[in-house]
Parts: sequence; structure tokens; C-alpha cells
Amino acid sequence: HLSCMHSKCSVSVGSLCLSLSDSHSTDFEVHRNWLAITHSLPLSRWYYENSSEWTLDYPPLFAWFEFGLSHVARRFDPDMLDVQRLQHRSPPTVLFQRLSVVCSDLLLVFATRECCRCVREQKPSRDLLKRPSFILAVLLLWNFGLLVVDHVHFQYNGFLFGVLLLSVAKHLQSRHLQGALLFAVLLNLKHIYLYVAPAYGIYLLRSFCFTQDNTDSSVRWSSFSPARLAALGVIVTSVCVVSFGPFVLLGQLPQVLSRLFPFKRGLCHAYWAPNAWALYNVLDKTLVTLGVRLKLLQEAELPKASMTGGLVQESQHALLPSISPSVTLVCTLLSVLPAALSIWLRPRGARGFLRCLVLCALGSFLFGWHVHEKAVLMAVLPLSILAVESREDAGIFLVLATTGHYSLFPLLFTPAELPIKILLMLMFTLYSFTALTSLFSGHGSLLHPLEVVYLLGLVVVAIACEIVYPLTPWQQTLPFLPLLATSVYCALGVCYSFVRLYVILLRQEVKSKQL
Amino acid sequence: METWSLVSICVLLCVTVRWGVSLNSYSGAGKPPMFGDYEAQRHWQEVTYNLPVQEWYFNTTDNDLNYWGLDYPPLTAYHSLLCAHIAKLINPEWVELHKSRGYESSAHKLFMRATVLVADLLIYIPAAVLYCFYLSDGSSKKKVCTLLCFLLYPGLILIDYGHFQYNGVSLGLALWGVLALGLGWDALGSMAFSLALNYKQMELYHALPFFCYLLGKSVKQGLMGRGLFLLVKIAVTVVVTFALCWLPFLSDPSQALQVVRRIFPVARGLFEDKVANTWCSLNVLIKIRSVLSADSQLYLSFACTLLAVLPSSIRLLTKPTFWQFKLALVNSSLAFFLFSYQVHEKSILLASLPVCLLLNDLPLMAIWFLQASTFSMMPLFLKDGLLVPYVVTSLAFLLLSTYLFSALEHSSEDELRLGGYRKLFFCLPSLDLACIVRWKFYISIVAMAALTFTTVAMAPPPRLPDFFPVLVSVFAFLHFLGTLIYFNIVQFSSPPSRKSQKKNN
Repeated sequence: HLSCMHSKCSVSVGSLCLSLSDSHSTDFEVHRNWLAITHSLPLSRWYYENSSEWTLDYPPLFAWFEFGLSHVARRFDPDMLDVQRLQHRSPPTVLFQRLSVVCSDLLLVFATRECCRCVREQKPSRDLLKRPSFILAVLLLWNFGLLVVDHVHFQYNGFLFGVLLLSVAKHLQSRHLQGALLFAVLLNLKHIYLYVAPAYGIYLLRSFCFTQDNTDSSVRWSSFSPARLAALGVIVTSVCVVSFGPFVLLGQLPQVLSRLFPFKRGLCHAYWAPNAWALYNVLDKTLVTLGVRLKLLQEAELPKASMTGGLVQESQHALLPSISPSVTLVCTLLSVLPAALSIWLRPRGARGFLRCLVLCALGSFLFGWHVHEKAVLMAVLPLSILAVESREDAGIFLVLATTGHYSLFPLLFTPAELPIKILLMLMFTLYSFTALTSLFSGHGSLLHPLEVVYLLGLVVVAIACEIVYPLTPWQQTLPFLPLLATSVYCALGVCYSFVRLYVILLRQEVKSKQL
Repeated sequence: METWSLVSICVLLCVTVRWGVSLNSYSGAGKPPMFGDYEAQRHWQEVTYNLPVQEWYFNTTDNDLNYWGLDYPPLTAYHSLLCAHIAKLINPEWVELHKSRGYESSAHKLFMRATVLVADLLIYIPAAVLYCFYLSDGSSKKKVCTLLCFLLYPGLILIDYGHFQYNGVSLGLALWGVLALGLGWDALGSMAFSLALNYKQMELYHALPFFCYLLGKSVKQGLMGRGLFLLVKIAVTVVVTFALCWLPFLSDPSQALQVVRRIFPVARGLFEDKVANTWCSLNVLIKIRSVLSADSQLYLSFACTLLAVLPSSIRLLTKPTFWQFKLALVNSSLAFFLFSYQVHEKSILLASLPVCLLLNDLPLMAIWFLQASTFSMMPLFLKDGLLVPYVVTSLAFLLLSTYLFSALEHSSEDELRLGGYRKLFFCLPSLDLACIVRWKFYISIVAMAALTFTTVAMAPPPRLPDFFPVLVSVFAFLHFLGTLIYFNIVQFSSPPSRKSQKKNN
């Protein structure tokens, strides 16, 4: 009954977004190009083709997915499958692409249903709107980020997050092998999910391969089960073989890897994801400006700061040491280490795994190389599950989700999309606040007053960037200013949520040590 | 969850749907030389801004009435003038006399769409919210559901935000009138309705019920004393409102006369294009336009309309309750739509508004009619390139409303007010009328879907190029006729018993 209504809601929402057939985004052309490549060219040319600038940079399973879609696409408009027809955008093409996103979103609906079944309800209530599973379903299916990135822009994140959430749900239901299989498939669909691979690895090793724990939750080495480890290994390797096998046989593995991991791109994405490196860049720029003003530095001696140009290039920092990919990797691993250690030393079941997953996603988001703002969804969506079960997590979710979603605003920059993004953001924020507050009513407010002030500050930033800024003369001289302001302001919120999540984790550690 | 947050989310959702539909094409997009309703509205902004009031409705060298001449009452002109002032501030090219003909750009489209949205936000949506909260019964959750379905009615959204018109203003003002009358503020209600009349003359479809209700109410209160006072108050309000709206045109009788000639073009025929009313459907069998002379066509339609409207109006006069008023609004507007002169397919919106008011009381029949009314305008949507929004909004409305009202579960004979039919079919007592109604509903929806699909996917037979639009309008006509009969029977049957009313709540 519940899921029936949700599927209706989500289908209608998804298809409502079909009405927005006017919006143009580069991702649209990207996926059309991939449909063309996988359909018209033989396997050996898939990762070599570069007549369009949007080369295939997702792992092979996604290429197979596009190949499958291309057969349906042929019924709609065969012209879109021509590799040379760049920027082909006929109405049937647009219709087909949007329909494909809506249909693949059905997997997200299914995954949400599975997650809702795992939610623990403290006090079952008869009112449908007050039940945690319903609130979770709305938070997942109507997530502003997914709506905007998938349906207004154009990607298949709903489908991919559906696989992730399904994998999480399987772990919550103690079906670990299925969860591992789903995650292996997911990794081969989009390799960005490597961000959360440490969580999976440590959890499966610790809680699945060691069948029992000692009474104090430490490792019982004797209970190691080689059969389980072997099962996991077989699953992962077979998925990778199916996906990468043909390319290894053709000897194309280095080319594929270079396409998947293009480290030539800069430290920050063009729109500056709100992570630690955005703050680092701003710090660098501020110090430079201060130094020049106070005559401590000579302007001519400094290397040209290029990351503020808004383009994707190699970047050099002017004053502070430049960051290379290996530095980001080390920082990421360091940030993720305590969480991984905690589920190794003292596993708390599937929910501990989920918390570690969120921390891995957030840590990689904050310290990763060339992170896109969309990656914040990897932390927000799994956190929704924790948010409907615990008060503190609900408070953190509100801060992280609102900040993360607001940081997606620069992705929609045309005037036609302005009302859409504001309306959708208002709807989601209003719903998440009122629903979570009513769910955890009776113990004071979910948010600290300072957090409320910070979130209200988002409104000020929004008005300044969308309305005030275009009317000022700075639009010509400092074109990156709204992006900078948005990134920096949101980075503060994201870092704060990260710290708070860690505090909760460590507090749980201390509590369990005392016990 | 608190009601205010649910209402806000509802309203935000409906505004999002409206803006989503706006991003699609409009009528006459890229089709010179005449373009469509969008260009007509832009042209009126140009005319009202650049020319003095005396020239707005006259054929002069600067104002060519053949190219979208003003044919709505003065309030539309004033609204266009206001929009034109704002347009001038943003980009003067949009309203430049003569040079801006056929002006099309994405910025301009955004501006025009924004004007529709602002008008809706100021007039239609608040009226709908207040109506659902003060004049419909049920728990607050039921009221929110009613509001959601009311605001998601696809026909109005597609015409206003797709095809491009300002029906939200006139229907919104009429709704304010209904709201005021429901709350007992008769003078304010009459003022609101007079404003609606002065915005679009089609609101005359609703005029008879307003008149009969207020007259009946005054008579009930006693023609000597309070009733007379009420009558005088209303009359004065109406006259003053009309005078204020027509002020610039009252200085010269020829001015007023010209405006009247423009808004009631009796020179045009019995019907134009394909519309789901009696005359167009009759035309399939008998070519009525060639059989009768123009004058006799006029008299025939006048007589038929009067006959169709009379029963419901007299019933309202004798029993001026709010329930009767709502039903009379439906019956009157449907009767006018079916039998009147020069009816456009968009006029079905005038019947849809009162039916929306009945969503809470008679959900299944209301949803059925609203779906049929949207379907009747389908050829127009196809012409404007609005197929995808049409399909999406209709599906969403159908699924959402049947789920939220549990329309198919609460469809017993009592709840569908089929008592009158039971009396008609007294010779067949074992007939399960409720089941028949449900099956007719299912078959009708499937037929609508099938007709939509065939109109889009298949080519018409070579000798009958208008085959599908005619089929659509005849199908819709049968629905509307059935609805007229049904609502007349409901108006004449006794109100539901206390027991069944408690069950509904």
C-alpha cells in the first residue's frame, strides 16, 4: 500500500520533469554521444573514439547499459546514434533520453522500498505521514539533488544511487553476499563509488569473514571463514571479469584506465565543489591579496593563480604549497582511517557500516581530487536512513542536506530554471524540516540556534548571488564571485557536518569502551 | 505534520507544475503571419501602451483591428497596460508600436510566463486556498487533498501556462465572488464577480446563478425591509464597479457602443472550428449552418440555452442555499457551453471551475468531468505542441485524485447521489447503478487514452482530414451532455440524509 503510493508519486514526479524538455545541458550531449559510440562502433573502438570532446569515461558496465539503451533509441530516432552528428537534439531524442532516466529511476523506487522495510520504528503511529518509513521514502525519492541533477540536468544518478541504496538495504537485512554483488556491479557502473569502497571492504572483512566476535567485540581470529572470503572474492572478480575482461583481452586496459582516471584535470572542478580544497584556495588567494596589500610580497614574483578562472585546468597555488593528486589521496585516506578503524575494532553491525559509509563518502568529498558538487549526494542519501532513526543524525542531516543542495544551485544558471530550483529547494527543505521535527518532537529542537543562523545565512547568500549580484558592476570584473561565495559558505557547513558525524562516532566508541 | 506546512508544500508543488508547463511551447510559436494567442496578448500590451484610451477599440491607422484587435472588456486592457509598463522597463523593444509585431525571444517568453504566474499567485491561488479551508468540509487532511487536486486541474494549467491566456484572473475573481457569497459577504461577492465580468465577457455564463442566488436570498429575507436593502446594496455595488471599469469609455456613447460591438461579435457564425457542443456535433449529421439563416441560428441557440438554463435557475431562486448555488453554477455554465452562440473550446474552463468546487462532495463525477474537459481540448494542445505536458498532467491528476479521494471506493449509490436515477429506472429495481457508473468511468478513461494515442500516432483517413478532432469533440459532447443531466438531477433531488453525510466525513 505504502510503496504503491510512492511509486505513483515518484513516477508522476519523474515524468512531470519531462515537461522541462526545454533545458539544455552538456550531459545530454555526453550521453547521446555514448549511445552513438556503443551502438555504431565495435568494442575495440569504444575507449579510443574521440570525435567528440565527451569521451567515454565510465567503466565498461555502464557502456553496456548505454548499448542496451541504444537499441531502444533506434526506435525513436536513428539519427542520434550517428557518431559524427554532434549536438543532435531532435524532439524524439530528447523524449527518449528523458524517458530513459524516468524508467531507470524505477530501480531507485525499488531500492527505497527495500530501505523503508529496514527502518526501525520507535513508536509505530497510525498516521501515514508521521511514520519514519514514509518520511524516508519522500526524502529519498524527492531528494532535491537527484531531481535537479537527473531530471533538469541530465544524468543517471537515480539509477546508480538505486543500486547503492539497494546494496545498503541488503546489508541491513544481513544478506551480505547480495550486497557485495550489488556494490561490485555499482563500482563497474561508475567508479566514483570507490569513495565508499573502504567502508565496504573493512565491513565485509570484519563482520562477514569473521563469523563470530569475542564478548568484548574484539576480533576472534579463530572464527575466520575462508569460504566466505572466497565467496566474496569470486563475486567481485567475476563482475570485474565480465566488465573489464574484453578490454584486457584486447590489451586496452591502460587506455581504459587513463580514460577513467583523468588526472590531467585540475584540483577543483569548474564550479568548485564546497570541499576543503575550496577553502584552501580561498585561503591562498586571501593571503596573497593581504600580502600584496601589506607590501610583504611582490606581485610580479607570484605565479599566476589560475583556478579562479572557472576553467578546468592544472592549477598552481600562489603562496601555499601546491596540491598534487597523491597529497589528496593521503588526506582522504587519513580522514577515512578513524572510521574504518572503528568498525574494525568495534563493529556495530550494519548501522555502524552505514555510518562509516557516510563518513567515507564525506571524507572523500572533502579531500578528493577534482570532486564534483554532485558527489555530496553520496553522503546525503545514505544519511537519510540514519536521520529517520536518530535525533542527532536528523540534525546533522538537515544541515548537510540543505547546504549540499544549495551548493548545487550554480549548476542551473539560466533564468528559466531559477524558479524551478528555488521552488524545489523550498519544497524539499520545508518538508525535511517539518517532517523530521514532528518525528522527533518533544525533546527540544533538532538544530542548535547557531546552526539555524547559518542556514538562514544561506538565504542571504542566495539573494545576494541570484538577485543582487547581476545588478552590480562586479559582474564584469569578478565573474567568479558568486561561485566562490557559494562554495566557501557551503564548505563551512559540509566540514561542520563531517566533524559532527565523527564526534558522534567517537562518542559511541568511548561509551562502548566504558561499558 | 502541521497543516500550514502541508498547504505550503501543496502550493509550492502546484506552482512548480505550472512553471514546468510554462517552459514548453505556446500558441502560434514561430508561425507567422498571425501567430497565436501569445502574440495577441503581446500586441494588446503594445496597443494599450502606445495609443490613447479612445483608440484602443477603434480601427485606426495605428490600430489594425484585423490583427488581434482587442475583444475583451476594459479590465483586460488595463491589465495589459500594467504589463506593458513593466515590459518597457525591461526591454522597450517588446512593446514598440508596429516594430514589435511577431517579436519572439526566450527572454520575452520568460517575461510573459512570469506575468501569468504573478497574476495567478495574486488572485487564483489565494482564492482556492481560502475556499478549500473555509468552505469545504472534512478533516484538515481532506482539505489539503482537495486543495491539491483543485490546483492541479490540468485544463487550466495547460491553457494558461501552455497555450497562453489569463483565465486565472477571470476565474480567480469569479472564485473570490463565490467565496464571498459563501461566507455571507454579498456586496463584496458581487463586486468581485463584476470585476470578473469586466475582465472576460464569458463570465456571463456564471451570471445567471449569481443573480438568481442573490435575488432568491433577498426575497427570502423579505422584500420589504432587509431583503430590499440587500438588493439595493448589491445593485449599487455592481453599478459602481461597472462605472469605475468603464470610466474612460463613458464620456462618449459611441465609445461604449464600439466596445460592446467588439466584445460581442454577433457577425461570426454559430460555431467556429471543432468544439464539443451541440451545434458542432449536430453538424456531423445535419449541416445546420447551411440549413438555417444566420438570424434563425441566433434565435435557435438563444431559445435552447434559455430552456436548458431555466430549470436550474428557477430551482435556485426558490431554494437559495450555497449547495444549490454551486450546482447551479455548473448547470448554467454547461448549458451555455452546450447551446450558446460562438462558443470556443476553451470556454469549458468556465464549467470546470464550479465542478472543482464539488470535488469534495462528488469526487468520482467531478474527476471524470475534469478529465473529460481536459481531453476535449486535446486537439488544441496538439496544435500547440503541448502533447507531453498534456499526458503528464492528466495522468498525474487522474492518479492523484482517484487515490486521495478514494473515489472508486466511495462510490456507492448514496454517495454518487443516484437517487434521482433510481426513481427514473423504477422499472428495473435490480440494476446496480453504482457499478454501471464505475464501469462507464473505466471505459471512458480507456477510450480517452486510446483516442489520444490514435490522434497522435495514426494519420486520418484521406477523405476526412478532421476525423480525429471531430471524434474527440463528439465524444466529449456526450460526456458533457451526460454531466448536465446528472447535475440537474442532483440539484433537484433532496439533500443527502444525515447518515450518509456522517459516513462521508
